[in-house]
Amino acid sequence: METTIRSSQFAEAAAHAAAQKRQRARNSWFSRMGVHLLLLLLSIMSLVPVLWMISSSLKASTEIFVTPIEWLPRTPRWENYPAIFARAPIMLYFWNTMIICVFSVLGVLLSSSLVAFSFSRLRWPGRNFFFGLLLATMMLPGIILIVPRFLMFSYIFRWPGPWIGSFLPLIVPMFFATNGIYVFLIRQFFLGIPVELEDAARMDGANSLRILWQIFIPLSKPVMITLVILTFMQVYNEFLEPLVYLKPTTWTLAVGIRAMNDAAYATSWELVFATGTFMLAPMVIIFFAAQRYFVEGVTLSGFGGR
Amino acid sequence: MATADLSTKRGSPFRRREIWEGYLFAAPFLIGFLVFVAFPMGWALVLNFQSYNLLSPPRWVGMDNLTQVGADPKVWQSLWNTAYYAFASVPLQLALAFVCAVLLNQPIRGRNFYRTALYMPVIVPIVVSAFIWQRAYHPDFGIINEVISWFGFAPRAWLFEPALAIPAFVFMRIWVMGTQMVIFLAGLQNVPVVLLEAAALDGAGAWRKFWNVTVPIMTPVIFFNLIVGIIGNFQVFAPALIMTKGGPQDATLFMVLYIYRNAFEYSKLGYAAALSWVLFVVIILLTIVQFRFSGRWVYYEND
Repeated sequence: METTIRSSQFAEAAAHAAAQKRQRARNSWFSRMGVHLLLLLLSIMSLVPVLWMISSSLKASTEIFVTPIEWLPRTPRWENYPAIFARAPIMLYFWNTMIICVFSVLGVLLSSSLVAFSFSRLRWPGRNFFFGLLLATMMLPGIILIVPRFLMFSYIFRWPGPWIGSFLPLIVPMFFATNGIYVFLIRQFFLGIPVELEDAARMDGANSLRILWQIFIPLSKPVMITLVILTFMQVYNEFLEPLVYLKPTTWTLAVGIRAMNDAAYATSWELVFATGTFMLAPMVIIFFAAQRYFVEGVTLSGFGGR
Repeated sequence: MATADLSTKRGSPFRRREIWEGYLFAAPFLIGFLVFVAFPMGWALVLNFQSYNLLSPPRWVGMDNLTQVGADPKVWQSLWNTAYYAFASVPLQLALAFVCAVLLNQPIRGRNFYRTALYMPVIVPIVVSAFIWQRAYHPDFGIINEVISWFGFAPRAWLFEPALAIPAFVFMRIWVMGTQMVIFLAGLQNVPVVLLEAAALDGAGAWRKFWNVTVPIMTPVIFFNLIVGIIGNFQVFAPALIMTKGGPQDATLFMVLYIYRNAFEYSKLGYAAALSWVLFVVIILLTIVQFRFSGRWVYYEND
């Protein structure tokens, strides 16, 4: 008697547990689908504006200025792309941008690794104070420097010619480690390199420059690649400084195509969209070619906090 | 030990050489800071007290610029616009980024696709995204009005109505939340599994684990994103210049745009310098306030 009661109670409990489990499974199925739905919706919202630009870059004006809007071109008009080069000196802007990018990357790598080595591996009086100063510069709003720098590049820095209008105001500061975040990133990496390597080299009579060049830089390849991408991305994107320091013949893509946008707002969206797609393309290529370094750089620096 | 003592002694040749090399290697920064940061900031400070229009030599005007700052309604308007934009977009953006990071931190199917898709707006150059959104918000031919019409909403002239312009900017800003999401995702890797398991053993459900373990552990990362976000968003410039030129009726006249105009369109360089110092002080104050209050909600394991 007692045993039957117990077993029936047990069966009841088991059935109850099974029902609960089924309920939980159903709940988790629903919540999983909910998560997918949400993520899918957000993904679409992230992608659609960009896809709309690309699709519209292949339309005729008459397909753009219609309501309700048409999402896809009836027949893709590839000729919109050659047309942008006739509309504005896009290739000139592109090469200007590349020149500034290449020199900026060089400058950042050279100066930041020197300074980072000093801040991570050499002990000298005042080091902590200056490192604090370096970190503080990251908080400085760029605009406060732009007005006086504009005056400086107009009236003081005039060798070999006036700096305003040339690439120099954008390139030269990059050779002076004025961007705290880059120095900080390399310093963090250098701190992780074992002291023994350095000591052994010093025993053999190597000076700091050789140690930096032959030991630290080869070991820091990942952070260097990250820095190349970050600097490239920053310079490629930069708008305010090129706008102030450059002139129409030295304009970068960002500044140059903005002038075109103003002129074409009322009439030819497809050309502006084609130009936008043209400017986006290098970023997409770099992103997919070096996704790991790209995301790492952004993560480490908190960049894109624009 | 003895060798360590020797090498740290100030007078030893090794030590002298290390100090010398230390300064030499740091020289690019030391010189760069003096020439490209300290000197311009000092100049901006001097400009504060000058009237300078580039055509005639600068003239000392004492406190005129600063008193003008207080009396200029556009300064208050632009400060308000900037604060409205930053304080609306940063929390919303961080909340969305955090939710996405938590969802993507689970082993769900298609995780890589979602992550790439949500990250995509980050790689769009700012100027290009301004082109896209300027047209996406177009009253007649933009996709925003098209999409909201599917849900029965009437079309609006987003960038042409003063009350809607900043919300439109905020939405555009939230669109680019990939950076913050990726930073959160990296932070979530550091949430100790032991703690989550211990909480589960104590009977905590997913929700409790989230609020009582994940969120507290993540507060330093949230704090970092908050500081960087406020500093960055207070300097919004390009979208306003490109999409609205500060309009309609100065609704998107942000601080940096107003400074830019004073300096390079109205040629009032002294006044622009004064305004940029105002912005700098505002940003510093906000950062200090955030650090002051951080003790109340940011959790550090070492405490």
